[in-house]
Amino acid sequence: MSMLLQESSAMRERLMHLLAGVLPEAWVGTGVVIGMSLLKATAIVLVIQIGMLYATWLERKLIGRMQDRLGPNRIGKFGLLVPFADMIKILTKEDITPRDAHSWVYNLGAILILPPALVGFAVVAFSSTLIAADLSVGLLFFFAIASTAVIPIFMAGWGSRNKFALIGAMRAVAQIVSYEIPQVLSLVGVLLLAGTLSMNQLVGSQGPLPAPGAEGAVLPGVWYIFLQPIAFVIFLLATTAEIERTPFDLPEAESEIIAGYHTEYSGIKFGMFYLALYFATIAAAAVTAMIFLGGWQPPVPAFLIPESGPITDFMYNSGWLWMTIKTVFLVMVFMWFRGTLPRLRADQMMAFCWKILVPLSLANLLVTGLLANLLAPLASPMAYLGAFVVANAILLGITLWAVRRWRERGSSGDFVFEVQPAAAPSGVGGGD
Amino acid sequence: MNEQWAFVAILTLLAISVPLIAIGLAKVLRPKRPGTIKQSTYECGLETVGETWVQFKVQYYLFAIIFVLFDVETVFLYPWAVAYGKLGLFALVEMFIFLGILLVGLVYAWRKGALEWV
Repeated sequence: MSMLLQESSAMRERLMHLLAGVLPEAWVGTGVVIGMSLLKATAIVLVIQIGMLYATWLERKLIGRMQDRLGPNRIGKFGLLVPFADMIKILTKEDITPRDAHSWVYNLGAILILPPALVGFAVVAFSSTLIAADLSVGLLFFFAIASTAVIPIFMAGWGSRNKFALIGAMRAVAQIVSYEIPQVLSLVGVLLLAGTLSMNQLVGSQGPLPAPGAEGAVLPGVWYIFLQPIAFVIFLLATTAEIERTPFDLPEAESEIIAGYHTEYSGIKFGMFYLALYFATIAAAAVTAMIFLGGWQPPVPAFLIPESGPITDFMYNSGWLWMTIKTVFLVMVFMWFRGTLPRLRADQMMAFCWKILVPLSLANLLVTGLLANLLAPLASPMAYLGAFVVANAILLGITLWAVRRWRERGSSGDFVFEVQPAAAPSGVGGGD
Repeated sequence: MNEQWAFVAILTLLAISVPLIAIGLAKVLRPKRPGTIKQSTYECGLETVGETWVQFKVQYYLFAIIFVLFDVETVFLYPWAVAYGKLGLFALVEMFIFLGILLVGLVYAWRKGALEWV
């Protein structure tokens, strides 16, 4: 893949020569920038599109197998041409727009749902040199873009002029904004240890291979899933809720609220929501792999890799292979959740977020801050590993004990897990 | 560095044009047979009754407000976390106090019932 980097500088030279003949002198620089960006953007969109098509195939096969059936196997060998059949079907379906739908809000909702999922791929590092835009605020950029996905969802629900679509959209918005909090809070612990928001540097700090342009030692040198297992679990669950997959897919569940905010869409406009879901799944898996599973770092600890030789070269130059394996693994984990877990009720979902995940991520942050301060003088990955594993185990133990005490005490009305009679909540703004 | 942000801008434009191209392509390929009943609002086969844009419950607003609070808190936490290696114990204690104040806010909202789902 370092060949790709050399080829890209060769491509840049040729583009510069090409444009020098066409544009006036002062514009050649801008032209080269725009040209290279267009090439990179097109490459990303095409590759991710193919990835997404086969993610739909994988989902249907995997969930089929989990349900003890085969999944599609008629179209192409093993059903491999199913995504193309799906594409043709969606493109040729009639677009049934409700008569009363608000004209441009309805259409804009369907159009704008896709860009946030795609633009997030700008900061995904497929390999140590294959990152489209190594922004110094890459992590924050990714979550900022993901947050803007809320607006088209609400536009879709409101513009459809359908009571159930509106309720579904409001529930979806409440769910997405609520789960953003544990998602970003759990990452603060990782940031404390890494000291950088740049995605490439974040992956590089998980050792043994430093990112290009890194100064200083590679610390902490272990994958963050080992240093921050609780943060990993919180992040995984919150991300599953963000992309609205089961068990958090109440807003779009067919048996609950017809299809929620995309009830009134058919054909390609519905296809946009479907595409956005899969793009978001792949982006979420890629980002989780980068932050917690060490992205393009090889999966063996540093002391097992010999100093030099063919194995070393293979391990260090196949960043794209490790990244792909980790991303596909996480995508399959998301599909595994879908095939195994039942859906959460809306109140269970919100209580789980605000009453369990947010306090837990704050506690995790405090513990990590304390430990990072104490461990700063030592510079060994093993010390970090040991201390954090112990601290996380203690934190997890305390949390489980606290939840069990909460259930046993039987306090009124605050439960996540019990089936409540429809009692009114006690005075918000009332006489308390 | 400017080049990276230029790339983001171009990717955004491309990403907005992808759905436009797809919808345009579908417009060419699909049949067009509008009908009165087909285009009425879907409610599992029933007729809709009453206002469509219903008044929504205040609970959604409360969740949004609490979200804004914690999001602003996160915005303050991120620069602190990134610069943590270069700051001393003082920064840690200061941030603990900040988080403590917000934790009190969360507990208050919890006890007042603002986190209950209607």
